[in-house]
Amino acid sequence: MGAELLIPNRSQADDSRRLTGTLAASRAAEKTPAGSWAAETRRYLRVFLTFARNSLIRDMTFRADFLFHCISSVAWTLMNVGFYLLVFRFTMMIGPDTGWGRDEFFLFLATVWFINSLVQAFFIPNANEFSELIRTGGLDFALLKPIDTQFLISFRRVEWSSLSNFAVGLLIAGISLHGLATRAESPVYLTPLTLSLYLFFVGCGVAIMYSLMISLAATSVWLGRNQSLYDFWFYITNFSRYPMEIYNTPWGRPLLGLFTFVIPVLVVVNVPARILARPLNPRADWEWQLAVWAVIATGLCLIASRWVFRQSLKSYRSASS
Amino acid sequence: MGDPHSATFASEPLPPVGIGDRVRTWWVIIRTALAERMAYRGDFALGTLMRFLPIITQIFLWGAIFDAVQTADQGGADSSLRIGGYNFPEMVAYFLLTMVARAFSSMPGLATGIANQVRQGEIKKYLIQPIDLVGFLLLTRIAHKLAYYTVAIGPFALVFFLCRGYFTDGLPPAHVLIAFVGSLVMGFLIGFFLEAAIGMISFWTLEINSLLLIFMLFSFFLSGHMFPLTLLPDSIGWLVNLLPLKYLAFFPAAIFLRKIPDEELAGELILEAAWLAFFIIACRWMYARGVRRYSGYGG
Repeated sequence: MGAELLIPNRSQADDSRRLTGTLAASRAAEKTPAGSWAAETRRYLRVFLTFARNSLIRDMTFRADFLFHCISSVAWTLMNVGFYLLVFRFTMMIGPDTGWGRDEFFLFLATVWFINSLVQAFFIPNANEFSELIRTGGLDFALLKPIDTQFLISFRRVEWSSLSNFAVGLLIAGISLHGLATRAESPVYLTPLTLSLYLFFVGCGVAIMYSLMISLAATSVWLGRNQSLYDFWFYITNFSRYPMEIYNTPWGRPLLGLFTFVIPVLVVVNVPARILARPLNPRADWEWQLAVWAVIATGLCLIASRWVFRQSLKSYRSASS
Repeated sequence: MGDPHSATFASEPLPPVGIGDRVRTWWVIIRTALAERMAYRGDFALGTLMRFLPIITQIFLWGAIFDAVQTADQGGADSSLRIGGYNFPEMVAYFLLTMVARAFSSMPGLATGIANQVRQGEIKKYLIQPIDLVGFLLLTRIAHKLAYYTVAIGPFALVFFLCRGYFTDGLPPAHVLIAFVGSLVMGFLIGFFLEAAIGMISFWTLEINSLLLIFMLFSFFLSGHMFPLTLLPDSIGWLVNLLPLKYLAFFPAAIFLRKIPDEELAGELILEAAWLAFFIIACRWMYARGVRRYSGYGG
């Protein structure tokens, strides 16, 4: 039963045995008095690594399919690159005096692809499956496992092929960073400080996206079925794919406020991309404030999504048998 | 299905099917499909409205681009600036009009539906019953589209009303409007027969998902859904202009915005009709060949 749930599509005896073993080991670890924070973390990490390995094994079973997924998602990304190259044939910058010239903007896009590929690899398959588990009543089995349910639901599957866009992002970020560092006028160099800040804020961005996704998925408890979940998520996060300056018009300011403070998708890409695209000093006050807000927003989103998830479990009444 | 002649045995000569009977059959198919679609109209209307959200970001993006070019050019606002032949209000109008064109030409689930039927053996039913697969699918699709328009007209009217300021030239003259409607209808048919033809490939390959993804990729960027095709540099622009994908989004919008000179309009429409004829023949031919190859997989 447990194996069925953990490996929903295929019955690979090997995987399930390994997984059952890991869970049993983690259960044993829980009972020991030394179940300290560090031990707990190690336990969760081990379970996660098992999930990741199982997913990779499953992906490698259908290698041609895997390869095709990689190629098609890279092709979509390259078409987008083509579109923006086209746009920069007509303009030097996105928005007057915003500083989003070609290299800066492609750095922005690379950040979009980093975050999106991470979300697509780790969370979207799980969120989709969560909705499905609620609808079919399969969530019962997840609730019985001796591990945090949200963790189990959120990390069970990894779609490795989605990480191909991460590689494209790396390539484009490399080219743009090179362009920024070698240009004649006010070059921008990568420093260890900016890089670590960048990585930190990319992490915050991923956490915000995760919170949004898992909250949306949890609503299927109340809605019964949530087919347009992915659509809705796509339409909302679509706003995060552009520099926030473009919304700075009389019409756009309400949207700017809404997507910065209520559903903070605008800080997801804007904050990290901005750190890398410009020298750290001098910065306007509002940029620092925005960065601080991004950290606060991440915390709030995580807490809120945890709360929504808990509430949804409380309202869950097992479907079917 | 609703055909009264389906009970006739093949040993007796079939009486000729009158046009009245045919129309009655079509009407039953359309009515059934319509009822099926109207069952979830709330979800439907919300979905339609949400589909305008990406347009909002497009408008802001292009607004920022036009602003930047203007500021760089002369440091002042100048509404005569054109990118790819479009000024800013026209660009916004263009994206709204491609939404209309896509509402006609997009065929969600058509090719995969055919592929599934081939794979699961359901296609047998069309070989036994006196119903033509392509005709049946076309009628169902028309019904789905009709249902879609009855629900979607609300959100569309709302968005067009809010954005009326971007249609600076008002309504085009009657002959352009007629050409626009004609291009929409032909866009619907080209979309249908093109995607049905892709679905027919499943007679040979069974699985078409990969192929369909590639088609969607090209159709998204080269139909003009993402940007007016006149933006493309001449080195690839001429090739994209030769492809029939432009009829799915770019062409109707360009007609409405009078980007196609009057004297070329008739010629362009005839060319579109020729493409339509080509896809109808291709689809029919592939179906005929496919059925001969078909070996009834599945149940």
